[in-house]
Amino acid sequence: MMRLTDVVAALELRPLTNNGEFESDVISALVCDLLSVVLAKAQESDLWITIQRHQNIVAVAKVTSVAGVILADGVVPEQRVIDKASQEGVILLATDKPAFAVCGLLFALLNSEKG
Amino acid sequence: MSTELIYDVHAGDVQQGGSASAALKSELRKMGICEEDARRVGIIAFEAEMNLILYSTNGGTLKAKVRPEAIDITIEDTGPGIDDIDLAMTPGYSTAPEWALNLGFGAGMGLVNMHRNSDWFEIHSHIGKGTLIRCRVDRRKNDETD
Repeated sequence: MMRLTDVVAALELRPLTNNGEFESDVISALVCDLLSVVLAKAQESDLWITIQRHQNIVAVAKVTSVAGVILADGVVPEQRVIDKASQEGVILLATDKPAFAVCGLLFALLNSEKG
Repeated sequence: MSTELIYDVHAGDVQQGGSASAALKSELRKMGICEEDARRVGIIAFEAEMNLILYSTNGGTLKAKVRPEAIDITIEDTGPGIDDIDLAMTPGYSTAPEWALNLGFGAGMGLVNMHRNSDWFEIHSHIGKGTLIRCRVDRRKNDETD
């Protein structure tokens, strides 16, 4: 388990939303672009890695209470999506790294903490 | 004592998709409903909301009635109706158009997710008349309210 703030620093993620108290605990992650699958599987202690950028991701993150959403591959949503996320308490984190690289780094990071 | 929360959902309004379910979850949390119960209701509501947006003719309503022991969710529309409910309930089956698939909808898990997150689930549909779905989520004992 790691604090979100440590994950953000280690992966050099760029917070897009200004609701940033990254105090929640991260245990695992889910990489998926199909929203219903995310709804079925995501846990509160997960980070959700996706390349979807439309407003519906805010509701999915809100409903599942995931620790944060990592937008991979340089994906940046429109400002109104970012505003909506800030308003709903959903944390959006951007990175230019592709989802595969984010997964690899995060997997290594979370597992090094276990040891 | 019970409280009813009602949301109108407009057909085709994908940009606003999820607003009703996000608002509903916030409201439930404010009422002291525990995270797990609010999450299950939120998932049911999101799937229902997106179904109304993507597939209904005239939109519909999403209602959540909060009772001390359970939350009843009712989703109603006026068409087009579902031809084969068993097929629609089959994991992976979807009639989502290409543009919706590109947005990450159409996993064919919508009704399945609603069913799985319910303690009780019922669906009625008639072609040309509409669809009525009723679900119940039993509340956990560790809620802050009664």
